[in-house]
Amino acid sequence: MSWLAAAGGNSPSIPAPHIEYGQLSPMLVVFGAALVGVLVEAFLPRRRRFTAQVGVSLLGLVGAFAAVVVLAAQGHGTTKAGLLAMGAVAIDGPALFLQGVILLTAVLAVLTYAEGRLEPRLNGHTVDAFAPQGAAVPGGEQEREATREGFRTSEVFPLTLFAVGGMLLFPAANDLLTMFVALEVLSLPLYLLCALARRRRLLSQEAAVKYFLLGAFASAFFLFGTALLYGYAGSVSLPEIADVISGVAPVTPALAVTTQNDALLLIGLAMLAVGLLFKVGAVPFHSWTPDVYQGAPTPVTGFMAAATKTAAFGALLRLFYVAFPGLRWDWRPVMWGVAILTMVVGAILAVTQQDVKRLLAYSSIAHAGFILTGMIATDKQGLSAVLFYLLAYSFVTLGAFAVVTLVRDSKGEATHLSSWAGLGRRSPLLAAVFALFLLAFAGIPLTSGFTGKFAVFQAAAAGGATPLVIVGVLSSAVAAFFYIRVIVLMFFSDPQPGGASVAVPSPLTATAIAVGVLVTLGLGLLPQYFLDLATKASVFVR
Amino acid sequence: MSYLLAATCAVPAAGAVLTAALPAGDTGARRRTIKAVALAVSAATLALAAAVAASFEPGGPRYQLTESHSWIRSFGISFSLGADGIGTVLVLLTAVLVPLVMLAGWHDADPVQTEGTFESKRRTQGFFALILAVEAMVVVSFLATDVFVFYVFFEAMLIPMYFLIGGFGDRAGGPEAARQRSYAAVKFLLYNLLGGLVMLAAVIGLYVIAADQGLATFDLPTLTGAIADGKLSIDPTAEKALFLGFFFAFAVKAPLWPLHTWLPNAMGEATAGTAVLITAVVDKVGTFAMLRFCLGLFPDASKTFAPAILVLSLIGIVYGALVAVAQKDIKRLVAYASISHFGFIIMGIFAMTSQGQTGATLYMVNHGLATAAWMLVAGFLISRRGSRLIADYGGVQKVAPILAGTFLLGNLATLSLPGMAPFVSEFLVLVGTFTRYPVIGIIATFGIVLAALYALLLYQRTMTGPVKAGVENVPDLKARELLVVAPLVALTLLLGVYPKPLTDIVNPAVDATLSQVHQSDPAPAHPVAATTGGEQK
Repeated sequence: MSWLAAAGGNSPSIPAPHIEYGQLSPMLVVFGAALVGVLVEAFLPRRRRFTAQVGVSLLGLVGAFAAVVVLAAQGHGTTKAGLLAMGAVAIDGPALFLQGVILLTAVLAVLTYAEGRLEPRLNGHTVDAFAPQGAAVPGGEQEREATREGFRTSEVFPLTLFAVGGMLLFPAANDLLTMFVALEVLSLPLYLLCALARRRRLLSQEAAVKYFLLGAFASAFFLFGTALLYGYAGSVSLPEIADVISGVAPVTPALAVTTQNDALLLIGLAMLAVGLLFKVGAVPFHSWTPDVYQGAPTPVTGFMAAATKTAAFGALLRLFYVAFPGLRWDWRPVMWGVAILTMVVGAILAVTQQDVKRLLAYSSIAHAGFILTGMIATDKQGLSAVLFYLLAYSFVTLGAFAVVTLVRDSKGEATHLSSWAGLGRRSPLLAAVFALFLLAFAGIPLTSGFTGKFAVFQAAAAGGATPLVIVGVLSSAVAAFFYIRVIVLMFFSDPQPGGASVAVPSPLTATAIAVGVLVTLGLGLLPQYFLDLATKASVFVR
Repeated sequence: MSYLLAATCAVPAAGAVLTAALPAGDTGARRRTIKAVALAVSAATLALAAAVAASFEPGGPRYQLTESHSWIRSFGISFSLGADGIGTVLVLLTAVLVPLVMLAGWHDADPVQTEGTFESKRRTQGFFALILAVEAMVVVSFLATDVFVFYVFFEAMLIPMYFLIGGFGDRAGGPEAARQRSYAAVKFLLYNLLGGLVMLAAVIGLYVIAADQGLATFDLPTLTGAIADGKLSIDPTAEKALFLGFFFAFAVKAPLWPLHTWLPNAMGEATAGTAVLITAVVDKVGTFAMLRFCLGLFPDASKTFAPAILVLSLIGIVYGALVAVAQKDIKRLVAYASISHFGFIIMGIFAMTSQGQTGATLYMVNHGLATAAWMLVAGFLISRRGSRLIADYGGVQKVAPILAGTFLLGNLATLSLPGMAPFVSEFLVLVGTFTRYPVIGIIATFGIVLAALYALLLYQRTMTGPVKAGVENVPDLKARELLVVAPLVALTLLLGVYPKPLTDIVNPAVDATLSQVHQSDPAPAHPVAATTGGEQK
């Protein structure tokens, strides 16, 4: 804490903090690309912006992924893991692993953003899933004009890059303030992105407002929790909080007073947990999920469902593995309750859903419960299982939402389940792909979902959480019911008149779906390499 | 390391992929190519299975032709295969039945464009690829010596089976039949998935317990060996819980009363060929796994629960037969008869005698052959008249004597007429049960009487008497259909008089299984001594 002392002391010079640019490069590249995107938006003529933005985004994301791979190859995930930027950021196995997952899903998400062949051409202009002009009032003259002119909202690309930057920082944040900043950086662009659907704009804006209000509320909880913990431990750094809690840290007079007050600690921890559990969509903080998933433009939903969940679980893992390892018995029963509720409520509420996006939203809640089950094991095995699960889940989710963008009728995407009837007879290939994703969600063997589920349940059982495993398999059975309901509908029901048809995508969306299929099968049939990777990555630096 | 077993698993799997990848069957010629490819693959599988059986040495080690390929090292999982006597005969049964099922369902998946329906052009290859996929997964299940590998394929085979039930069936019934069919498919899947998920918890539990004691592996011989010589000790409560987890999945699959209710729906709505695949092949994995996994891994719990399971199987025998007598629907009658037969198989397994278990294993084979003949001929009949109701038939033997004759043979085999294969196995099961549990053995004998009732009544109502309206023009069996039935009838008769080739292969494996549960046959002395001996064990 020399810099704190220096800042507060009489010394006139403030030493510049030491920043390890090389190890922070994945985040720096993404933020840099986002800034370039803002400049593109400001200075390029409208007709050139779209291509430039896609190029900048893909370059930035792929470059950042290459940086992650290089860092991992140099051993920054294992032997050379360390704290950077004066202890604000940790680059270690879990951080690099999750950053890699987030970047890959972001690449695929950008491909689905750029898809221009699904919407019918308007006045000779190619249009995409986003509103022609975000600021225009829905149904107003300005919007009609923007539509007539064929505007495209190319701002979505820099916004997404900022969100990705925040997501990269979130699981790597090693103090509570950095974590809060990352939370806001990833959340604010997402609120905007949710509001930008081209069709059903009011629904989309309502979703965004809902997400924003509840998200702001959750952020406030997180911030207040940070303050309480600072009051308790005199520090916002996760390892130092851990030291104070376990009594390793030297007792200063100030600490001697505050550490007597366990209420500060427990309420602070509870508030932090509320903030993070909101982001992962765990019950009882899940109520935003179905509305937002339904209202947001589907490519954004896919991105959000995959990457946000990964990032938020990363932060949750770091919080509970680094800052509160000694407090297990205090938070364990609560986390057990949350995990059980999340699995059961997610699975049961999904059964009655009639909209495929809402169905996938509830399914994502149930999956958050499965992931929590693995997290609760609080050991290396649990950590590696969760990392693997997030990898598997991200690609299945992104692929599934990409498929949803293709199923359309005259009013745009046909998300009501009744219009999916008989899809398997009209487009057997697409229906088979969606069925594969659903089977992976259901955890059927030989798909990635099964390997992930096996890993988390096994870790939970080894960690002594047998009741959680039993609740987990039973809710899996309930969940299987609604995944199978969709498969029945696609394959065994007769097509309805006026039902959905399948749009032919450009290679962009096709690539995203194909990668999803490959990863889903690959992680199901030959998961060894990725399990090894997750195991190798599963040590947090302190 | 020989690759024979891997090839036996890989050929149908590759064949499934190949069949699915062929060009869409929108013309008759293309459809014939698809069917020919699928049939050739299943014939090749039969040849491989025969090679496995031929190279199996009855006096050799328990698991032969073993091979092991690294798969998921993190969890101690390797793709290990090994043939024991029980697995070998069941692989052979599967390989014999699949080509016949294909031949029997030769036209079941031809696209029919009727008013208001829309069918995929890839329907034909879907059907045949799914059958091959089921075959591959069943074969892996019979040969796997790794608990995890077994679990994966045990569970994964539900998916192709589900599409076979729900996607292909009697198309004349219109939307109502389609609804019934998709209901049956979903019921099948949910029952079995629930069983499988409960088993997943038990599989994980077993692994965690074993890993705690330094045995982080799913290798079955290693685990059973460690359990036998005490290196791996499972707390009795945990053992009982794990046993129930495994047994629940197998009892749903087998199916054991009261978990049987999905079977009549599935067999009633599916095509006759698919119904054979369900009852004669897929369900056998359940009874097979009881022998291999429940008894091998949890010997003490198996003994604890054996009386309760015997009672359930006894209820299944009597209940299945009684409901079969009252059935109005031919296919559902066959399904309930199968439930009764599965009661016999499970009874033979848990009587824990060598006659009982040898009988149970033979029963699996013989029930497969006899029910296949019975169900397929019934399917031929139903496809001619377009109705599954017994009341719609009468006097068929006058218009189609060969059909009626083969149907009679199927009926006689089902009621275990001496001289036909099922008699041998049923007799062995009853003897094996009687030596340890005489009361249960005596009650089970009534199952035979009831079997005679439902089988002969079915024949009498459908085949004899005056020719019913709608049946007058029923043609007799065609060459293709004869080709399906002939081998089944021949095998049923042959194994009825000369079961030795099968018993030779099966007996050592049964003895090994019994020694795992530390059970030996009760001394065949005085009946009173046998009774007390049974109660003490």
